[in-house]
Amino acid sequence: MAKTLYDKLFDSHVVHEENGTALIYIDRHLVHEVTSPQAFEGLRLAGRKPWRISSIVATADHNTPTNGWDKGLAGIADPIARLQIETLSDNIREFGAKAYFPFMDASQGIVHVVGPEQGATLPGMTVVCGDSHTSTHGAFGALAHGIGTSEVEHVMATQCLVQKKSKTMQVLVNGTLGRGVTAKDVALAIIGKTGTAGGNGYAIEFAGSAIRGLSMEGRMTLCNMAIEAGARAGMVAVDDKTIDYVKGRPFAPKADQWDAAVAYWKTLHSDDDAKFDAIITLDASEIQPQVTWGTSPEMVVDIDGCVPSLDLAKNDVQRGDWERAYAYMGLAPNTPISEISIDKVFIGSCTNSRIEDLRAAAAIAKGKHVAPNVKLALVVPGSGLVKAQAELEGLDKIFTEAGFEWREPGCSMCLAMNADRLEPGERCASTSNRNFEGRQGQGGRTHLVSPEMAAAAAVAGHFVDVRQFI
Amino acid sequence: MKPFIKLDGLVAPLDRANVDTDAIIPKQFLKSIKRSGFGPNAFDEWRYLDHGEPSMDNTKRKINPDFVLNQARYQGASVLLTRENFGCGSSREHAPWALEDYGFKVVIASSFADIFFNNCFKNGMLPIVLSADVVDNLFNQVAENEGYKLNIDLAAQTVTTPTGEVYAFEVDAVRKHNLLNGLDDIGLTMQQQDKIKAFEAKHQQAQPWLFN
Repeated sequence: MAKTLYDKLFDSHVVHEENGTALIYIDRHLVHEVTSPQAFEGLRLAGRKPWRISSIVATADHNTPTNGWDKGLAGIADPIARLQIETLSDNIREFGAKAYFPFMDASQGIVHVVGPEQGATLPGMTVVCGDSHTSTHGAFGALAHGIGTSEVEHVMATQCLVQKKSKTMQVLVNGTLGRGVTAKDVALAIIGKTGTAGGNGYAIEFAGSAIRGLSMEGRMTLCNMAIEAGARAGMVAVDDKTIDYVKGRPFAPKADQWDAAVAYWKTLHSDDDAKFDAIITLDASEIQPQVTWGTSPEMVVDIDGCVPSLDLAKNDVQRGDWERAYAYMGLAPNTPISEISIDKVFIGSCTNSRIEDLRAAAAIAKGKHVAPNVKLALVVPGSGLVKAQAELEGLDKIFTEAGFEWREPGCSMCLAMNADRLEPGERCASTSNRNFEGRQGQGGRTHLVSPEMAAAAAVAGHFVDVRQFI
Repeated sequence: MKPFIKLDGLVAPLDRANVDTDAIIPKQFLKSIKRSGFGPNAFDEWRYLDHGEPSMDNTKRKINPDFVLNQARYQGASVLLTRENFGCGSSREHAPWALEDYGFKVVIASSFADIFFNNCFKNGMLPIVLSADVVDNLFNQVAENEGYKLNIDLAAQTVTTPTGEVYAFEVDAVRKHNLLNGLDDIGLTMQQQDKIKAFEAKHQQAQPWLFN
């Protein structure tokens, strides 16, 4: 029977199945400091050990500061954050891991940037992490999704996860993306169409010529935001770009296993006549640069659009949500997006902090300067290796000369667990993934955009169509 | 895990769609390395007028009188009634930990985000999906009747109103069994360890690079 990519990945990992509930085997377990301490404690209390230590790759990212590294751990002013970072180190020391990139390690970074760049994420794998943006790794033709801390403990103890098979959705984007339109805009346009609950219960496969045309970085951006459409897992079929990206990375298969691996990986696509439970199509040429206006990623419009008026809401519940969003965001209906001025800019996060993102933002910022009304424009590379590569290319100079701050890697102001945050009422152009109330700091107002659009907004001091800059 | 069997609980209404886990438990409380004590900070940014931090004495903070859960009539509620896509966003299990610690044992909504839904069952909580029309009706009844309670029976898979209306709900058979009996997932999976080992051996032979 013809199978979807999701079927192939799921079925090849079923250990046991009963009454429609399967036990699936987990190949890679990514671990960070926030969602793991209670799981390690659970193992300890039950006298259990990890089933397969070589599946675990860990790093500290959520709490880590992005400056003051010269002071080491002592530079983390918040003692509770410091304890959580130290606890991860203690736990890895006690229980073991295939690889651990602790705070300030040269390869430390956001777990969803580090996994792929180390070759720790491979096609055909099942990948889990106590983090909803684990969907990122689906870009490699892997089955990857976020889990809760109880499940983190379960995977550590048993190498398995109790799962019911999801429904499948194909998001088909055909055609060519216009100038200045990125994977981030595709992701936001999809969410604008499906809503944030549209993917609930589904695993999404992104397909079509526009998706094939994306780089691996772009595919990671897209799969990263599958969870914002409600789908735990997003994925893209393996092609030559996937294989070229993986080749030569530290944990990728070496010479003696490479050919066999590639032969298998090339089967990781949906069969031609595979059936999906739902199909959504978008025309790539119609997608414009996107900006969110509200407090959910589905509250999104084109850059030349306006904050929508209440008569466009589909029902009373949405009208209520929009009214709350207007008030929280300090925006009136029908305000043109390009007239919204900003206070801060954040370029980073597991969505948009890879080298390609930084190159794209730097290309816009080059030779220009951050507008006087912008109090802070942060660039936070996704990992130490991304930072080093960017510095090799001189991107740090371009940013700092343009008035941006060039920081150390980590999750930073995507979720503001460290000191990087918005103050109440501050408005931010952000390349992150969530514009929820309080996400970047209590009372902070987040607008999600691509790296190019964030850099353009930094320079203009308000949202602006990036196509005017290129 | 504590079993969940039946509940006759006071209902509190949270009339919003897409309530995300950042709202249920803001990030600053995720720095804790414990899994208890999150209840006083559930819905922190909506519930209090000041900015909350983990080190604060929550009993001394200024309560937001406009937030629905702060109303006197909803004190002691154990059933949360809300709208579609509840628990979207972050996978943080701190969200169900906070709700459970606050006193909620059941959340009723027209839909839930997948990860949150799953996390509830790991913590002895029951998320119940009812149709948008039924949820609408329940919101009206809660508003009109102070002290409104719902009777939830997991074995029978029913929600019963004070006036005797009965709404059936779906629940996965395995999850239901585990919740009714308070069974620990890890213990159950460990009973399959021979199968896991056999799968692992076969998997390693087929894809040895996964085990490098």
